[in-house]
Amino acid sequence: MTTGDLLYSDTEEALRDGVRQLFADRCPPEQVVRAYDPEPQDFSAVWRTLAAEMGVAGLLVPEALGGAGVGAREAAVVMEEIGRAVASVPFLSSAVLATVALLRSGETETVSALAGGELTATLVVPLSTAPGDRVAGVSHGADGLSGSVTSVAGAAQADVLVVPVAGADGLELHTVSRAADGVEVSPLRALDMTRPLANVRFSGVASARVGPAEGSIAEALETGAALLASEQLGVARWCFDTTLSYAKQRKQFGRLIGSYQALKHRLADLWFEVGAATAAARYAADACARGDDASVAAATAQAYCSGIAVHAAEECVQLHGGIGMTWEYPAHLYLKRAKSDQLALGTAYRHRARLAELVELGPI
Amino acid sequence: MSAGDLREQVREFLAAHDPAASDRLEFLRARFDAGLAWVHYPAGLGGQGLSRSLQPVADAEFAAAGAPTNRPERNGIGLGMAAPTILAYGSEEQKGRWLRPLWTGEEIWCQLFSEPGAGSDLASLATRAVPDGAEWVVNGQKVWTSSAHVARRALLVTRTDPDVPKHQGMTYFALDMTAPGVEVRPLRQITGEAEFNEVFLTDVRVPDANRLGPEGGGWRVATTTLNNERVAIGSQAGTPREGGIIGKVTEAWRNEPELRNPAMHDELMRLWVDAEVLRLAGERLRQQAASGQPGPEGAGMKVAFAHLAQAISGFDIELHAESGLHYDDWTMRRTEVVDLIGRGPGYRYLRARGNSIEGGTSEILRNTISERILGLPGEHRVDKDVAWKDLNR
Repeated sequence: MTTGDLLYSDTEEALRDGVRQLFADRCPPEQVVRAYDPEPQDFSAVWRTLAAEMGVAGLLVPEALGGAGVGAREAAVVMEEIGRAVASVPFLSSAVLATVALLRSGETETVSALAGGELTATLVVPLSTAPGDRVAGVSHGADGLSGSVTSVAGAAQADVLVVPVAGADGLELHTVSRAADGVEVSPLRALDMTRPLANVRFSGVASARVGPAEGSIAEALETGAALLASEQLGVARWCFDTTLSYAKQRKQFGRLIGSYQALKHRLADLWFEVGAATAAARYAADACARGDDASVAAATAQAYCSGIAVHAAEECVQLHGGIGMTWEYPAHLYLKRAKSDQLALGTAYRHRARLAELVELGPI
Repeated sequence: MSAGDLREQVREFLAAHDPAASDRLEFLRARFDAGLAWVHYPAGLGGQGLSRSLQPVADAEFAAAGAPTNRPERNGIGLGMAAPTILAYGSEEQKGRWLRPLWTGEEIWCQLFSEPGAGSDLASLATRAVPDGAEWVVNGQKVWTSSAHVARRALLVTRTDPDVPKHQGMTYFALDMTAPGVEVRPLRQITGEAEFNEVFLTDVRVPDANRLGPEGGGWRVATTTLNNERVAIGSQAGTPREGGIIGKVTEAWRNEPELRNPAMHDELMRLWVDAEVLRLAGERLRQQAASGQPGPEGAGMKVAFAHLAQAISGFDIELHAESGLHYDDWTMRRTEVVDLIGRGPGYRYLRARGNSIEGGTSEILRNTISERILGLPGEHRVDKDVAWKDLNR
């Protein structure tokens, strides 16, 4: 175990600038909030630009398969910017979860199309599934796949569903076209509508078997957990930066509210937490990229960063006073993402329990 | 210079100075003179102007050869605070005179900053230094001085001009602790022992040649010392995972199954995660500041370290159940080194209370962070433009 590079390279910063600019232009907060409308805003054009034109969908895919062949450190930077903008793009569900699951199962054709942004996919598991959780899989009969999976992220945005299937010799991975007969995707009302969830039902659906799924799903979920820490970091940074600048503008009792020690000390603590979350998230991304200490790093980063994002978002609402409670001000978008991210890919409790096993401190 | 070149240089030095056959001090002095003491220091002062990140390479090579160390744990203030302050503000003559015996450990340093009436508000300090020819005459009382009873020299901040506002009228010296008029008395702490002291200064004569920085410029010099202090306290380079006091708790959890209980398991892992993330945050800070001087950022590490040490040591006592009621030793001793790991949970718990007080209270450091890093408005200061002698002290 070595503690690698916890900073950002110039290339990573350049990637960040590009993604940040795209979100600033195409999905500012007043657009993002429309994800909550009865007819939600369609952000697929933003995703197409990001995935296909900017090549971001292929960051985790080797060059030989049409990807960028860079790795988790760069994907983590994209996740930070997605968090910072609460952008509604299926990067985690398609470019991370589905892509890694297929890659590790040895699939190449769909992976190439995903890397090029021609197709979008999702891994059909509940978003709350933690790395190492048992995944049941839908059943496979003579007429194809049958069963349902609840709370799947990015299903309505996907062309391809990557489905864990209970096979005779254990869990298998299949691919299914979302447009296939017998596939029913029912969008859910979610706490965080910027990461759309849906229930997926299969009623005798034709599928293509990819291969055994046990290891590849676990690896996809672990990579997802490692990178989700960077999204949480991005959420926390926006909340901190925004709250700090508000504390420097808003006056009460004839003074800036940021001059009161009660607020200064809270902001000082939050500043440290965001810095520490940066170290944890960078370490998780770097460890994932190097394949060294990756499981411990991912669980540690999730256990830490998920709580920091929620804390930052809650402080953001509180220190903005009444404005923080309004629909018009974007703080609520971050609170909803942060709280939902706390459950995504396993709660901090779950990650601490897993960590205990990894470092030989449990189970009790 | 590459790590390989440096390794080669150390090997050549070791070939010429067999650690087993050399006198300990002679060996350390020769290592200093060869520029292998602290490689990022300038040539002639124990270093050769290399990157700070190369130091562990040299240290590892010496350790592998079984070479004697300069026992850095005995001279934390000297190495962590005095040396960078001397390097930044000392004259060439002063650097040449002080840095070598400091590094070899021949001269332990302590820090005469706080006073009974000047704690968090250090700049209000009252110890007077009055010029007398080529010397200064110092009178006053300092307190909370760790290692004063073993120190040969001290970093001393004094009031030299009472007629200007407090930050402007201070002057910084290096004090010879053996000078007539220096009296050191132990202060017994809540742990039973006496790490620190009160120091009475009565007509102590300090040569002007021992002044650091300009007359009236003491506050700036003191700030350099304090920034280094927070880095020294808040993070130890290269601490391994489960290093520090979290390692005592995990060791107990693994080795004493009868102590385990389900309700404490999640709390243990919370502390484990906080300790690991603090380790990574310290590592990241070092990567950012690989070459630069420590700034106020170290204050964040120090606040977090204190909070965590207190949480872990409190948990440690509870974890030990019945034996948590015991205490290993109440004997009054004047200690030179704080031994957190070698002592019992009760000692660690009590000693950790000091972590959020020593070297700047966590409350003051949160002000430092919010004002100097975040740019928030300063605290209301009624004394800023008032001459020191007119302050309501």
